[in-house]
Parts: sequence; C-alpha cells; structure tokens
Amino acid sequence: MTAGASVLPATTSAANGAAEAIHVEDLHKKFGDLHVLKGVSISARDGGVVAIIGGSGSGKSTLLRCINCLENPTSGIIRVNGEEIRLKPDGRGGAMPADRRQIERIRSRLGMVFQSFNLWNHMTLMENVIEVPVHVLGVKRDEAIAAAETLLARVGLSEKRDVYPAFLSGGQQQRGAIARALAIQPRVMLFDEPTSALDPELVGEVLKVIADLAREGRTMVLVTHEMKFAREVASHVVFLANGIVEEEGPPEQIFGAPRSERLKQFIRNVGG
Amino acid sequence: MLEALLDALRSQLVLLFMPAEFVVGVAQFLVTLWSFLVAVSNAFAAGLKSAPALLAPEPPGWGGNLLRGLMNSVYIAVGAYALGLAIGTAGAYGKLYGGPILRDLLEVYTTIVRGVPELILILLLYYAGGDLINRLLALLGQSPVDINGLVAGIAVLGIVQGAYSTEVLRGAILAIPQGQIEAARAFGMPPLLMMRRVTLPAMLPFAIPGLANLWLIATKDTALLAVVGSFSELTLETRQAAGATKAYFTFYLAAGGLYLALSLVSNVLIARIEAWSRRGMPAIAGGH
Repeated sequence: MTAGASVLPATTSAANGAAEAIHVEDLHKKFGDLHVLKGVSISARDGGVVAIIGGSGSGKSTLLRCINCLENPTSGIIRVNGEEIRLKPDGRGGAMPADRRQIERIRSRLGMVFQSFNLWNHMTLMENVIEVPVHVLGVKRDEAIAAAETLLARVGLSEKRDVYPAFLSGGQQQRGAIARALAIQPRVMLFDEPTSALDPELVGEVLKVIADLAREGRTMVLVTHEMKFAREVASHVVFLANGIVEEEGPPEQIFGAPRSERLKQFIRNVGG
Repeated sequence: MLEALLDALRSQLVLLFMPAEFVVGVAQFLVTLWSFLVAVSNAFAAGLKSAPALLAPEPPGWGGNLLRGLMNSVYIAVGAYALGLAIGTAGAYGKLYGGPILRDLLEVYTTIVRGVPELILILLLYYAGGDLINRLLALLGQSPVDINGLVAGIAVLGIVQGAYSTEVLRGAILAIPQGQIEAARAFGMPPLLMMRRVTLPAMLPFAIPGLANLWLIATKDTALLAVVGSFSELTLETRQAAGATKAYFTFYLAAGGLYLALSLVSNVLIARIEAWSRRGMPAIAGGH
C-alpha cells in the first residue's frame, strides 16, 4: 500500500527511462470542509497511459482536473513536462495559478476530453477543431483546416465536418472532442470519464479511438469506469479511494493480484 | 329612532327619483357622444382629403420633416442601443466576475435606473447633467458649452438602456452551459479571447429575446426626448407639424404609422439574427 505523500509511484517497464510528462506530488484538495484529495502523488512518463480508477467520490475526476488547474488545488506540486505550475495563495486557504499566461500556455498543450464532450455549440465540428490552433496557438487557418481534416478522418467524422454538435450523436460528439484535443498537438491527453455520458452502444466507438491513440504511444491520463478497457490500454493503473492512492501498479497486478481489501472489493463490485 | 327612520325614508325617496335623472343624464351623454363622433368623423374625412397635401414630402407638405425626424429617431435609437450594449456587456461581466465594490456600484446603477421613470431620468440627466458638466468646466476655468442634442439624447437613453442590458446579458451569460466555458479554459484561452469567441456567441441565443425587446423600446423611447425639445426626432417634428396646421389627427396617425413600420422592419431583422444565433441549436419541436 503506497498511500500518502512523497511516495512516488514506480514507473512501468514500458515507459522506464522516458521523461516525466505529468508529475503530481502531495496534492491536497478541499471543497470547504470536504477533504477530497489527501496528499496524492502520480506520475505519467512520455508514452505512458495512466488509468485512474476508483469508486464514486474517490476524487479521481478532481485529481485529473487539478492537473490543468480547472480545479485549483489546495496545496501540492504539479509539473507538466518538467515545468512546475506556479501557485499562489487564493486568500481563502487554497491556491491558484500565480501566472495566468503560464497556466494558459500549459493548458494549451494539454488535450482535455470531458465526460459531457463540451464541444462549442455555436461552431461546426470543423470550427471546433481549428478554434484553439488558430486563435490560441496562432496556426494559419488553412494549415489548421488541413490538419483538422486528417484528424476528423481519423475519428471517422469527415462527412460531419460542417455539422453543429447538437446534430451529432453522443459518440460522434465525443470523437469530435477527441479530434479537437488532438488538434493542439498535445503533449498529454487528459480524459475525464470519456464514456460515462454515452449510451452503452456508443461506448465502443469512442474506446476504439482512445485505444488507437494508446497504441501509437501517446501520453495519456485517463479517468475511467471501464475496467476492461483500463486493463487493456493502461501501462499503469492508479486506484484512488477516499482521497488517497490506495494501490497502484501495472494493470496485470492491479486487476490480477490486488493486494488491498478495498481494491479487491472494488474489482468484485464493478466486475473488472 | 324617529329621526333615523325619516333619514332612511328620505334616502329611499332619493333612490326613487334617481331613474328619471339617470335617464336624462344618459340621454345627454349620448347626444354629446354623438356630436363628438360626428365632429371626429368630419375632421377625419377632412383630414383624409387634405392628408396627401399635408404629408407631401416637399414643402408646404410636412412629410419631409417627418421622415427626417424618423431618421433622427433611428440615429438616436441606434446610438443609444449600441451604448447600452457596451454598458450592458461591461456591467454584466462586472456583476458576475467583479469585486464586491464594483458589484455594489453596478447594483446601485441598475436598481436606480430601472426603478425611476424614464421621463424623470431623461429630464434629470439632460438638464442636471448638462448643468453639472458646465459647472465642472467653470471650475476648470473653461467657458460653458451647449450640449449637442443628439449626443445628449444618445447618452441619456444609452444609460437607461445599459441598466436593462446589464440584466439581460447577465442572465444570458448565466444560462450558458458551464461546460462551454470550461472547455475554453481547459484549452488555455485568455479571458478576452474567451469572451469574444465563446462566451458572447454562446450567450447570444439566450439574450436575443430580451435584447430585441430593448431595441423596440429604444426606438420608441426616442419619443420621450420630445419633452426636452432640443433635438428634432420624429415626435417633436410631428408636434410642430400638427401645431402649425392643426391637423393633429393626420400627423399623429402618420407618426404612429412610422413608429409601427420601424418596429415591423426591426422584427424581420431580429428574426434573422435570432435564427443565425440559434444555428447550432436544434429547432424546438413544433417550432420553426
């Protein structure tokens, strides 16, 4: 059991020696009196796929959202590609990014995929995909469109490029959202329960796209309820319970030979 | 006891006599009404006959004055509306994201402006505002200026519109699904870019009905400026034409028609803008 602060997780053999893309150390997050994260440390190396699993309320989504400061951590250290996010006190006992430009620059290289897709409704799929490259990263419009066409083809949405998100199925929206995240050429992809809002028959098409990304060696941090999927694609699995890392390791060990009682029970309950 | 009984009897007697008086009164009223209607229809018929001449665009017709008045009204309305939108956008952002002092100040602004009749505000801002500016100029050793009627009209109506716009836009921004904003943050959009590319276009469908109302109100509030009498918008022009010719009916009807036409044209444009702002939204079942 490797719960608690300053215990850095072992890296997987596949990613050994690779540079550290995401480094989170002793992260605390409180919502008022609710202590959601109680000193969590995780690490993702280049090319590694870290799956964060855990029960409802275990803090796994909060942990992911703290990596790009969508949630401000209460305290802790976050490094992205070796660059530490500078934090300052927010005046209410927590912390917030000290340098807006730094956090914006870091965010623009983290490809976030949300549970509820969050495509911009007033833009067509194509406009969604080129929005950040053109307006945040300063890519030329025609270059961005060319790149976006490749990405949309890749997620199987070439014909839908001029369609508004509301006219797409949930699975199509989520594949579009993945294309939008890929368009920024992210150093790391962050997935926040990407299939939880989907009808069961649409889950497969999204998981297939994510699995393809994992196979091509993209660095990813993935919060998921799909245990079978986590076992297949992850190089490293982190099991969160009650705001601490209860157990972590390669998927064979986590799912095949869990040690802690909580993890054993969790796997029994979710049928992993 | 006896007194009370007599009183009661007397009031009964009064009641008994009432019907006769009542019938006479009704008859008198009907005669008056009839002669009034005759006078009105005569005036109307006379007005109808002379209306083309009175409304001719070239003098001695007054049509040109009315149309110029309409154009001036549109100028003021457009200016006031634009100023109101600018104040409203800033006000909505201030109320949502500003510090406590800014929020309180904005609350005072919207409460007072929305709580006081516009006519009072117009008179207050026009006369007291002009006076204030000239006093400030005097303090600075400058000579007083004549406040330009157009600028004053736009400023006064714009300040009124701004208070309502603030609330319309604040509500619309609150109606944006949170995920839209969150996605913009997650991809590192700076605040101004986010406002321009995500927040404002995303809130537009929620704001259009309220903003359309405000535009129609702006076009007609220009008529209130006639009380100040320093700027020849449509109502003032109409009053002058009607006063000079005594053809009140003709000119006020014509002015009413022009205001109505402006609203109808506006409605066509608003419908287009609304359809465009809702381009990403599926039509509501049974709607268009």
